[in-house]
Amino acid sequence: MWIYEKRLQYPVRVDTTNPTLAAMIIEQFGGADGELSAGIRYLTQRWTMPTNQAKAVLTDIGTEELAHWEIIGTLAWKLVKDATVDQIKGTPFEAHYVNHGKSPFPHNAAGAPWMATYLNSKGDPIADLHEDMAAEEKARATYEWLINISDDPGVTDTLRFLRQREINHFQRFGEALRIVQEEQDRKKYY
Amino acid sequence: MDKDFISKEQKKLLKEIMEANFVLVETNLYLDSHPTDEGALRLHNTYSQRYKELLSLYEAKYGLLRYTGMSGCPWSYINEPWPWEINFDVI
Repeated sequence: MWIYEKRLQYPVRVDTTNPTLAAMIIEQFGGADGELSAGIRYLTQRWTMPTNQAKAVLTDIGTEELAHWEIIGTLAWKLVKDATVDQIKGTPFEAHYVNHGKSPFPHNAAGAPWMATYLNSKGDPIADLHEDMAAEEKARATYEWLINISDDPGVTDTLRFLRQREINHFQRFGEALRIVQEEQDRKKYY
Repeated sequence: MDKDFISKEQKKLLKEIMEANFVLVETNLYLDSHPTDEGALRLHNTYSQRYKELLSLYEAKYGLLRYTGMSGCPWSYINEPWPWEINFDVI
C-alpha cells in the first residue's frame, strides 16, 4: 500500500529555460543508476529479506526513491516548459521532443529506454544488499557528473540534495547488510 | 515569470510541512536500522506531532494533500497547485 502526498520532497527551483540540461537530467529519470531503477530495485527485493530491519530499510528507501523520481521529472519539466521550438532545435533535447514533446520519459541521456535489466533481485539478501550499496555509489557519481555540467544554480541546489541522500542510503544499506550477516552467523552456531 | 498558483502564506506553510516531514524521513530510515535508539525515537515523536498539526492546519485552509483527509464540496484534493507547478524561487 502507498499513500500519495501531493507535494515534492524538496523545494525545487529552476532558474532558466535550458533544454540541453533537461536532456542530461533525464539520465536520473530513466537511466541505469537513476531514481526509477533504484525504487523498483529496492521495492522488488523486499520479499526475500530475512530481517525486519532490512525489510524496513528497503521499503522506506524504495519509497523515497519514487519521491526523488518525481523531483527529477519536475526538474526536466521546468527546464523545458517555457521553451520555444527555436530554443529546442539544435539541442540534445530535440530528439526527445520529436517523440515525447515536453513530457519526461524514462530513458537515459543518450535516449536508451529504461530496462529492468538495470537491476536484479537475486533472492539472496547478501547479494542484493551489496548491489544496493553499489547502486547508491553509482547514483552519487552520476549526480556529481550532473552537478559538474549544470549551469543553473537552482538545479544544482536540488542535485546536491539528491546526491546527499545517496550517501545516507548507502549508510543505511551497510547497516542492514551487517544486521543480516550477524543474523546468518548466529544461525550457524545454534 | 511563472503563473503562481499559491500565495506566499500557503507556500510558507507547505515548506514547514516539507521540513517537518523530512525530519521524519530521516528518523524513519535511521530507526529502521537502530530501533532501540531512544534519542532518535524522541526526535521522531516530537516531529510526528508537529507534522500532524501542520498537515491538518494546511488541509483545513488550502485543501487536501492526502486523499485520506476530510473535504468540503467540491473535493479539494484536486485543487492547484500540483507538486510540479510550484515555484520555490520566490518565497
